[in-house]
Amino acid sequence: MHIVVCIKQVPDSAQIRVHPVTNTIMRQGVPAIVNPYDLVALEEALRLKDRYGARVTVLSMGPPQAEGALRKALSFGADEAILLTDRAFAGADTLATSYALASAIRKIQQDMPVDLVFAGKQTIDGDTAQVGPGIAIRLKLQLLTYVSKIESVDLDQGELTVQRRAEGGVQVLKTRLPALITVLEGINEMRFATMNDMFRAARYPLKVWDKDAAGVEDISKIGLKGSPTVVSKVFAPTPRTQKAEIIQTQSDQPGDLAATLLAKMFTKFPQLRAGIGPRGA
Amino acid sequence: MSNPTAPTPPAAKPAGRRKFELDPRLKAYKGVWVFIEHERGAVHPVSFELLGEGRKLADQLGVELAGVVLGAAGEDTRRFCQDAFCHGADLCYLVEDPVLAQYRNQPYTKALTDLVNKYQPEILLLGATTLGRDLAGSVATTLQTGLTADCTGLAIDPENRSLAATRPTFGGSLLCTIVTLNYRPQMATVRPRVMSMPARDDTRSGRIVEESLALLETDIVTKLLDFIADEKRDEANLPFADIIVAGGRGLKRPENFQLVWDLAEVLGAEVGATRPVVQSGWVGADRQVGQSGKTVRPKLYIAAGISGAVQHRVGMEGSDVIVAINQDANAPIFDFATYGIVGNAMQILPALTAAFRQHLATAKQAV
Repeated sequence: MHIVVCIKQVPDSAQIRVHPVTNTIMRQGVPAIVNPYDLVALEEALRLKDRYGARVTVLSMGPPQAEGALRKALSFGADEAILLTDRAFAGADTLATSYALASAIRKIQQDMPVDLVFAGKQTIDGDTAQVGPGIAIRLKLQLLTYVSKIESVDLDQGELTVQRRAEGGVQVLKTRLPALITVLEGINEMRFATMNDMFRAARYPLKVWDKDAAGVEDISKIGLKGSPTVVSKVFAPTPRTQKAEIIQTQSDQPGDLAATLLAKMFTKFPQLRAGIGPRGA
Repeated sequence: MSNPTAPTPPAAKPAGRRKFELDPRLKAYKGVWVFIEHERGAVHPVSFELLGEGRKLADQLGVELAGVVLGAAGEDTRRFCQDAFCHGADLCYLVEDPVLAQYRNQPYTKALTDLVNKYQPEILLLGATTLGRDLAGSVATTLQTGLTADCTGLAIDPENRSLAATRPTFGGSLLCTIVTLNYRPQMATVRPRVMSMPARDDTRSGRIVEESLALLETDIVTKLLDFIADEKRDEANLPFADIIVAGGRGLKRPENFQLVWDLAEVLGAEVGATRPVVQSGWVGADRQVGQSGKTVRPKLYIAAGISGAVQHRVGMEGSDVIVAINQDANAPIFDFATYGIVGNAMQILPALTAAFRQHLATAKQAV
């Protein structure tokens, strides 16, 4: 079985701060990490490798520094890693990104047919969850998003059964390979890298593909040019003019502060009185 | 995976302001559509919220607002159309077919793309639910058009009639406005509870345009073997909770989060949390409030040890009353909360729990 896992290097957005005075983003020193949702996908792919035997290829599009994300994936046990990097890819939105990644996966197929493509459910910087479905449509793969469990893969029959999170419940779906799976967070825990794999990852000769090597056929479909959506402005949310009324008491003891808050709040918003109270009481 | 909508740093030149003339072929695209999502006999509330927002966009453009209802015949689909009319739709496109009985990507993608290609709407809105995100991504790729996910604001650019969709970016630290240039329809998804619910007007009605789907069950690769419904009681239903008590990193240690649970229990509230708290494993991911979690609109939101980063703010600023407890008097949460208490959440939370308990006891006596 051949599995491709799409990963992305992202800034650790939990550590991004907005400058309190200038209202601009402070990017200095924000570390780059592998998108956490993609690691869940990678672990799921590695588990299939343990169960059924597979070659796991990780694929990432990004600047040259994204190499770090791929080496990380190799250290966890991925077999091959390909970095898609070219200035022409810059500024891509979801549509242009899925075009570039789909081109690369087609290229990967020439070496060995691909049975499964994995992606995280979304990134932590873009949060769109749209690239996975985009790749599936372009490559005519069966699309399974928000998968919570891979029940079985039947390679002889070319069939796959999964559980998929839906609104209000879980769908059990059976489909044919090749398929694209995006996985839900929290369904597994990433393994530890072994010493051997860490050494192998450090020495691994990464495949670096530009747009030609990736087999991009139509350069009008990649990068900024291939993106229907454009960012017209980026801005910090306007601070509301109405700031919080700060509760203060003479003592500033917690008990007094709490009592004062309740008194003020229930006077101004009497409607809140009704809904409060333990459930079932 | 890729992050499309926030690829460039804020310093980059704004690309969207450049003048453009819409391709004449695309000028035929008219009207605002809302995909009406339904499950087990009821329309998902996000579809009504979108109709409320879509109504404003359609009025501004001077076009009709349409709902799109897909499902199996006899599945109350006509009632869903009527529901859509009552929430602002002028007409509904209805496709009934047995293969649409339960959501699957392939038949739904075909049904929706066929409708779009035939009737050519200029704007297509879907809820950013698991279903909506699955469908929107594949429909946009099939149609080769632009899609802006998880918008928090929708407006029409008066200069060129295009949809200006605003969404958080950089992990929710900033907002950005995104436009779709020479592509139609302009697609956007919006999460539940981001837009307000329009009032239902039972006097409204509309017309139904029916289409058929040329697809047989044997053409569909993916089969639904089973559906396991969630057991409601265990599941946090944050988006529709009336009162939420939420905790952030300011609580310092996982065991201090119990103070949040204690207050929530007295109030009959749901418990929410910030992303760092969820990532540290103090509570489950279903309780995360914010851009990468749930959007909530409770009557009362109590935020303890939460600084109020944009990532969190966008998920809860629609709350009626916000009470913020934070040790840092300069924390951004005090810029948009209703009431603020500057102090140690580990001391204030138990005091609030006691005060509310006292209040309830007094109220009970009064009755």
